[in-house]
Amino acid sequence: MKGTESMDSNTLAGNAVKLAEEIQSVSLKAITLAEEANTLAIKTTEAANEPFIFLVTIFVLAVFIGYYVVWSVTPALHSPLMAITNAISSVIIVGALISAGPLEWNLAKIFGLIAVVLASINIFGGFIVTQRMLQMFRQKR
Amino acid sequence: MSASFSAFLYLLSSVCFIMALRGLSSPKTSRMGNIYGISGMVIAVLTTVALPGVISFGTIIIGVLIGGAIGTLIALRIEMTALPQLVAAFHSLVGLAAVFVAGAAFYSPEAYGIGVIGNIKVGSLIEMSIGTAIGAITFTGSIIAFGKLQGLVSGKPLVYPGQHLVNLSLGVLLAVAIIWLCIAQTQSAFWAIVLISLLLGVLIIVPIGGADMPVVVSMLNSYSGWAAAGIGFTLENPLLIIIGALVGSSGAILSYIMCKGMNRSFINVILGGFGGETAGTVDNAGDQAVKQGAAADAAFIMEQASSVIIVPGYGMAVAQAQHSLAEMANFLGERGVNVRYAIHPVAGRMPGHMNVLLAEANVPYENVLELDEINHDFASNEVVFVIGANDTVNPSAKTEKSSAIYGMPVLNVEESGTVLVVKRSMASGYAGVDNPLFFLDNTMMLFGDAKKMCEDIVKALKGTH
Repeated sequence: MKGTESMDSNTLAGNAVKLAEEIQSVSLKAITLAEEANTLAIKTTEAANEPFIFLVTIFVLAVFIGYYVVWSVTPALHSPLMAITNAISSVIIVGALISAGPLEWNLAKIFGLIAVVLASINIFGGFIVTQRMLQMFRQKR
Repeated sequence: MSASFSAFLYLLSSVCFIMALRGLSSPKTSRMGNIYGISGMVIAVLTTVALPGVISFGTIIIGVLIGGAIGTLIALRIEMTALPQLVAAFHSLVGLAAVFVAGAAFYSPEAYGIGVIGNIKVGSLIEMSIGTAIGAITFTGSIIAFGKLQGLVSGKPLVYPGQHLVNLSLGVLLAVAIIWLCIAQTQSAFWAIVLISLLLGVLIIVPIGGADMPVVVSMLNSYSGWAAAGIGFTLENPLLIIIGALVGSSGAILSYIMCKGMNRSFINVILGGFGGETAGTVDNAGDQAVKQGAAADAAFIMEQASSVIIVPGYGMAVAQAQHSLAEMANFLGERGVNVRYAIHPVAGRMPGHMNVLLAEANVPYENVLELDEINHDFASNEVVFVIGANDTVNPSAKTEKSSAIYGMPVLNVEESGTVLVVKRSMASGYAGVDNPLFFLDNTMMLFGDAKKMCEDIVKALKGTH
């Protein structure tokens, strides 16, 4: 009886070791899985924060706003509409100012300054011409 | 200023620009709209100048002052009849500015946080290429449009064999140059994109005829917006993207309205070569007789009428006749004649061209009606006074299936009791199509310069009382 008992305890011990090993490998797998899930999750949030997608969203929504706002412009004011859209598209001056901003002179700064001058012509010219046109539209006295 | 705060101010600026366009829904709110536009621009510029990287204030102020002075001077001096070419010239500046900003971003990418020289993000390079290409096309395209409108370049469409093939090849070449830039990131690739696009801009506009300019000017307006949006993507600046999208869609809608006014597809206009202002005089002029009258006859007919509808066209702008015309209309108004104006969508050389000229001559805008608003009134109207318009009042657009302008919406002037047509000669209109209106029994032709004719009619009206 003693012999069988000792054998049983031996097999038990062996089984226990095997089990322990299995648990270890499973837990290792779980860790790798968790790590993978983690990287996946990070990638997903990265995609959502990707500036391009964010900017495309803004772009598409702005096109829709433009579409509805411009259809409501009265045809009589289509010339002032062209003049004012011309003036406001010169908001490109924002990009020009950034490259004209640093103190040291290089090609980028010169390009920026030229763009500042060109956009300024448009901004002043566009808004003034729009104002001149709009002032002429009057009602019956 | 923190980054979030400047982002907030840019948002405020965008809202101002949207309100500016919204204001144009009626002449009453339009002046407020312009103030919104100016405020939006001031906010955008000040916010940018307050950014930490922008410190070279002296040179910036000088740049703004130089540009501002030139712009102000031009805008204050320009004649209203020269408005279409002014707008075309302004479009070219936006295009060129876009090219320079893209160049600045290419040579100094770290200033915009998109990489370092020789190692710019591929996404940014693609956006930069698109912004540069559209900007350069807008630049040269607008210069050609300006030349045609100003009369420096012939208004005739310039067509040559293999035209579309040449443009297509250039388009393919442009795509190759963009791929080259993305892979090699060399200066040569960048300038190749600029040069190809500049050439493409010339070749796209050259084949388009003078009277199709309303579409071209609207299209270039749209392009200048898309160029700004392209640069906005490169610089990752939401303000530029929003404004670019607004302006781009605005120009696209105007192009669509103009194309519809001519019953032609956008593609058809862009491919160009339509009509030609040299197209021969009416062939059957010898067979059919026109009734001819003098200023005194016209004065008598209009004075006796209870209602007169005036239909102005590009000829009125060319002759600068708007003031004399308005004076004539005032005289008639004082005699108890109900005078109104009917404007065809494509009358003139830019959208809304006639409305501005009439406004300049102090015509109240309530008296100026669009085609849809007034076209049913011609049947119950007594006298129509057509001045410098031709294709837009051609009844064959409704009946002659073979006509080049068949299907184009036209003003139903022939339904009125008497039609007076002021015209310099019997030459056909832009489309080179005969106009049967001139030979109708109820039409009287008044040959002469539009301005002189109006002045003579005013004299005749004065003489009768």
